[in-house]
Amino acid sequence: MALRAVAFLFCCVNAVAAADPSAVGSTNIFAPESTPARSILHLSILVLTVTGTIFAVVSALLVYSISKFRARSASANSEPAQVYGSTQIELAWTIIPILIVVVLFVATARGIHEIQDAPMPANALQVIVIGHQFWWEYRYPQLGVVTANELHIPLSNTAHPRPTFLQLLSADTDHSFWVPVLAGKTDLIPNHPNRLWMDPQHTGIFVGQCAQYCGTQHAKMLLRVSVDSPEGFAEWVREQQRPAIAEERVAVGKRVFETTACINCHSIKGTVANGRFGPDLTHLMSRTTIAAGAALNTPENLRLWIENPDAIKRGSLMPAMQLSKSDRDALVGYLETLR
Amino acid sequence: MSSSAITSPGGQVEEKPWVDVLHEWVTTVDHKRLGILYILYALVFLVLGGIEVLIIRIQLMHSHNDFVSPQVFNRMFTMHGTTMIFFVAMPVLFGFANYLIPLMIGARDMAFPRLNAFSFWLSAFGGLLLYFSFLGGSGLYGAGNAPDVGWWAYAPLTARAFSPGHSSDYWTLALLVSGFGSIGTAINIIATVLCLRCPGMKLTRMPLFAWLNLVMAGMVLIVITPLSAAQIMLLIDRYLGGHFFDAQAGGSAVLWMHFFWIFGHPEVYVLIIPCFAFMSEIIPVFSRKPIFGYPVMVAATVCIGFVSLSVWAHHMFTVGMNSYANSFFAITTMAVGVPTGIKIFNWIGTMWGGRIQFKTPMLFSIAFLFQFLIAGLTGIMLACVPFDWQLSLSYFVVAHFHYVIVGGILFALFGAFYYWYPKMTGRMLNERLGKWHFWLFLIGFHLTFDVMHIPGLLGMPRRIYTYEPGRGWDTLNLIVTIGAFIQAAAILVFVWNLISSYFNGEKAGNDPWDAWTLEWSASSPPLPYNFAKVPVVASRRPLWDLKHPEDPDSQYE
Amino acid sequence: MSAVAMSLSKTEKPWDLPYRGNVAMACLIVAESAIFTIFVVAYLFYIGKSLTGPTPREVLETPIFFTICLLSSSLTIHYAGKFLQRGKRGAFLTLWSLTILLGGLFLFGTGREWYRLIYERGLTISTNLFGTTYYSLVGLHAFHVTAGMIMLIIVAIFAFAGRIGTEHSRRVDVLSLYWHFVDGVWVVVFTVVYVLGR
Repeated sequence: MALRAVAFLFCCVNAVAAADPSAVGSTNIFAPESTPARSILHLSILVLTVTGTIFAVVSALLVYSISKFRARSASANSEPAQVYGSTQIELAWTIIPILIVVVLFVATARGIHEIQDAPMPANALQVIVIGHQFWWEYRYPQLGVVTANELHIPLSNTAHPRPTFLQLLSADTDHSFWVPVLAGKTDLIPNHPNRLWMDPQHTGIFVGQCAQYCGTQHAKMLLRVSVDSPEGFAEWVREQQRPAIAEERVAVGKRVFETTACINCHSIKGTVANGRFGPDLTHLMSRTTIAAGAALNTPENLRLWIENPDAIKRGSLMPAMQLSKSDRDALVGYLETLR
Repeated sequence: MSSSAITSPGGQVEEKPWVDVLHEWVTTVDHKRLGILYILYALVFLVLGGIEVLIIRIQLMHSHNDFVSPQVFNRMFTMHGTTMIFFVAMPVLFGFANYLIPLMIGARDMAFPRLNAFSFWLSAFGGLLLYFSFLGGSGLYGAGNAPDVGWWAYAPLTARAFSPGHSSDYWTLALLVSGFGSIGTAINIIATVLCLRCPGMKLTRMPLFAWLNLVMAGMVLIVITPLSAAQIMLLIDRYLGGHFFDAQAGGSAVLWMHFFWIFGHPEVYVLIIPCFAFMSEIIPVFSRKPIFGYPVMVAATVCIGFVSLSVWAHHMFTVGMNSYANSFFAITTMAVGVPTGIKIFNWIGTMWGGRIQFKTPMLFSIAFLFQFLIAGLTGIMLACVPFDWQLSLSYFVVAHFHYVIVGGILFALFGAFYYWYPKMTGRMLNERLGKWHFWLFLIGFHLTFDVMHIPGLLGMPRRIYTYEPGRGWDTLNLIVTIGAFIQAAAILVFVWNLISSYFNGEKAGNDPWDAWTLEWSASSPPLPYNFAKVPVVASRRPLWDLKHPEDPDSQYE
Repeated sequence: MSAVAMSLSKTEKPWDLPYRGNVAMACLIVAESAIFTIFVVAYLFYIGKSLTGPTPREVLETPIFFTICLLSSSLTIHYAGKFLQRGKRGAFLTLWSLTILLGGLFLFGTGREWYRLIYERGLTISTNLFGTTYYSLVGLHAFHVTAGMIMLIIVAIFAFAGRIGTEHSRRVDVLSLYWHFVDGVWVVVFTVVYVLGR
C-alpha cells in the first residue's frame, strides 16, 4: 500500500512537471506567474511536507502492524494479551497532532492575511469583472474601456510594479474567476462584491475558466488573460478607447445590426446599440476567440454563431438570429471591421 | 431473512404463497426486516447512481467528447450526487443501524416500530419522487427534467428565473420528504439506545456501534432540519414570491450557502460515523483484541460531533468572507482532524499485538485505514485556506471527497456486509468471490481516485461537461474512466456474491467469527423476537465473558 | 439463547431507563428547534435590509393579549396533566378545554393580524424581505400551533367520550411537552420580531 502511495506521488510530480509552465495553456497551480499564486505555492510546500510526513509515519505503523501481528497457524487457538488502552499513548497522539495543527494554522493565517488583506497601491489597475451566463464582462473605470472575455492587464515586475485589482460582480448566478497561474480563485456572487488581485511578472497569455457551476454552459465560460508589456498595454487601451470604426463599404451590414434585435443585448460605441445583456462588440476583432473561448474568432465561426449558436455552444443565451443569408453576410462583413 | 415456510400441525412444511410473503414485508414493523429493506433499497440506488457516473466518465474520457449533451451531463452529476448521499449512503447506514442496534443492546425491537416503518417508506418515497423527475419533470415551459442544479442547488441558480420548469422542485420535495424520514429514524435510534438497553448494559458498556449511531442520530436531528428549512425557504421564493435568496430584492445567495453547508458538512460526518462504528466492531474481532481505548473512542466521536458543527464554511473559502472568518473556519477544520486522527491511531493500537486474520471484512477494514488516512490528509490540505483557493471547486476536491466516501465509507460498508451477512441470512458470503471483489475494487478505486487528484492540481474545475484539449487533462481522465469501469465490475462480483451465497453459501451458525457482542448470541437469522430471554450483561463483551469465564472483561472495567 | 444471563450484581442500581415517549419528544423538540433557529437567523440577518416597502416599525402591532393567551395555555395544560395524574378527570377536562380555547384565541389573533397587514397595510410575503421573513417565521410557528391544536382536540374528543384515564397520564405529558415547546418558541419569535426587529 505504501509502495502504491509512493508510486502515485512520483506520477503526480512527473505529470505536474511535464505540464510545461511556459506554454500557453498552462493551468498548473505549481507554476505561479504572480505573487498570490507564488505565496500559495510556498504554503503548499509546507503543507505537503507535513502531511507527507504524517502519511509516511502512520502508514509505516500500519504496514508494520499487519505484517508483524498476522495470525500464525501455531497460535490459532489462543488469544493474544487483551490490552484495553493506555493513557500515556492517548495523550501522546493527541498532543502531537494539536501541535501540528498549530503550526499549519499559523502558516495558513499568515497566507490568508498576505493575500486577502493586501492593500491596493495607488497606481494599481482597477478592473470590474461582471460574470454573466456564460461570458465575462470587463470594465476599466479609470480608462473608460469596456470589453468582454479576453482580459488585458499590464506586466508588473520589480522595475515597474503595477498590480491589477479585480472587483468581482455578477449579473445573474454565481461564477468563479480562476486563472491558476495568476491567483487562487474567487467567486462572483450577485449582490456580494469580491476582490482579487494579481501582479503577473512575465508577459504572455494565461488561461483558466469559470469554476463555480453556473448553468448549462459553465464548461465553456473560458478565461483568457493577456499580460502585456507596459507599452503594449497602453497601445491596447488606446485602441479600446476609440469608438467603433465606421467604414462606408459595410454600411449595409451596420444597418442590419442597428435595425435587428442585436441592439437589445449588445453595444457598439458610436452607434445606437447600448445593450448590456451580451458582450460589447465595439472592438470584437481585437479578440482571438468568441463565445467566451468556445470558438476561434473567424468569419465562418461568426457566421455560424449568428445563425445557429447551439452548434458552437449548446444552451448558451445567444439566440439564433433568423436572418436571411444576404443580411447575415452583410452583418458579418460589418462585424469583421470592428477592430 | 426469516423463512417463508409454514410448519403445519402435522409437521409438514408448506410454502407460503408469494403474495402473503410480499404483504408481510410491505407491512412489517420488525426492525430486522426494515433494516433489510433499507439495505436493498440502497443497493438498487447504488446501481442507478453508478450508471449515472459511468455516463459522466464516458463523456469525460477525452476532451470535446460528444457522448451526451451538456444538459444531460448536468443532470447526471446532479442526480449522481443527490442519489449517492440521500438514497444510498443514508438508507444503507440506517438499515444497518436498524438491524443491529436492538440485537446489540439486548432489545426485542426498536422503541417505535411503526414510526420505523413510516420513516422507511417516507424515505423510499423520496427516492422514487426524485427519479420520477426523469419522466414527469417537464414544467410550464417544457423545460425541466431531472434536476440539473448540482446537489447543492446553489441560489440563485435555483430561482425561477434560472431554473424554469419543475426539475428543481423535484429535488426540493424529494429531499424534504426523505429528510423527515431520516429524522424519524434518528428519533427512533436515540429512544432505543437510551430506553431499551438490557439490564446491566450501562452506557459505558454499550458496543461502540450503539454509541456511534447514537451520536450520528443526535447529529441528524440538528443537521437535516437546516436543509429542510432552507428548502422551505426556496419553495417560498419559487412559488410565493419570497425573496430569501433574491439578489434583486436585497436577498443573499451566500445565505443559501451557509444554510446548505450547515447541513452539508455535518452530513458527511453523519455518514462516516456509522462507518467508524463498523470498523470499531470488525477490527477488534479480527485482531482478537478488544478495541484500544474505548472511552477515548467515545469521547473522540462526541468531540467530532460537536466540532463538525463549526466547520461548515470551509466549503465557502472562495466566496469572499473576510480574513477573520476564513481563519476561524480554517482552525476549526484542522481541529476536527485531531479526534479523527486519534481514532485511526486507536484502531492501529487495536491491531498492535493482536493475531490478525485476513478474512474479507478485515481486508476492507485495512484498506479503509489507509484510504481514510489519505482522505483526512487531503482534507487538511484543503483546510489551509490559500491552498484551498487553488484546490477548491476543482477535481482535487472531487478526488478528496470520493476518497472519503468510496475509500472510507464504501469500503467500511463492504466490510460490514461481509461481517453481518451471515447473521442476517444464516449463510456465509463466499470468501473467494469476496477476495476477487476486494482486489478488483481496490485496483479500480486507486486507479480512479489517486489519479483524479492530478487534473485538479493542473487546473481542471468540477462540473464541466467537457474540457479544452491543450491543458494536459486528457490521458488522466481516460485513466480515471478505466478505473471506474473496473470498480463497476467489482460491484457486479459483489452483487453476484450476495445473490448466490443466499442460496448456496456455507451455513453460518450463530457465531461464525468468534465475536463478543450480543448479536452473535442470537440465531442466524435471529428469531422475530431476537432473544428467548432478555440478556443481562456485566461488561462490554458479554460473549467474551461467557467464553472465558476464567478471565472475564467485567474484572477490568 | 439464554446463556448470557447473569443477574445484576447487588451493588448496581435497579435497572431504570427513561420513558421512551419523553426521549422521543425531546428529540423532536431538538430537531424543530433547529428549523426555527434557521428561520430566526434569516429574520435577524435581513433586519433593515429591505429595499422597499413597509418597515416593521410602520406596520407591526405588538400582540400582547394573544401572547398572554398562548403563554397561559402552558399553565393550564400543565395543571390539566397534574389533575389527570391524580385521577381528577373533570378538572383535567376543564383545563384541557381551556388550553384549546386559549390556543384557538392565539391562532385567531394571528389570523386577524395577518388580515390587517395584508389588506390594510399592503404587506405580503412577496412585498419585501421583511414580509418574506415575517410571514415565514410567524407562519412556521402558527403551523406548529395548529398541529398541536389538532393533537389537543383529538385528546379532548377521547376525553369527552370518557376514554382518558390516569393510565394515559404519561402520554398526555408527552403532548404537553410539545405544547410547552411551541410556547417557548413563541417567546423567541416574539422577542425577535416585535422587540429586536423594530
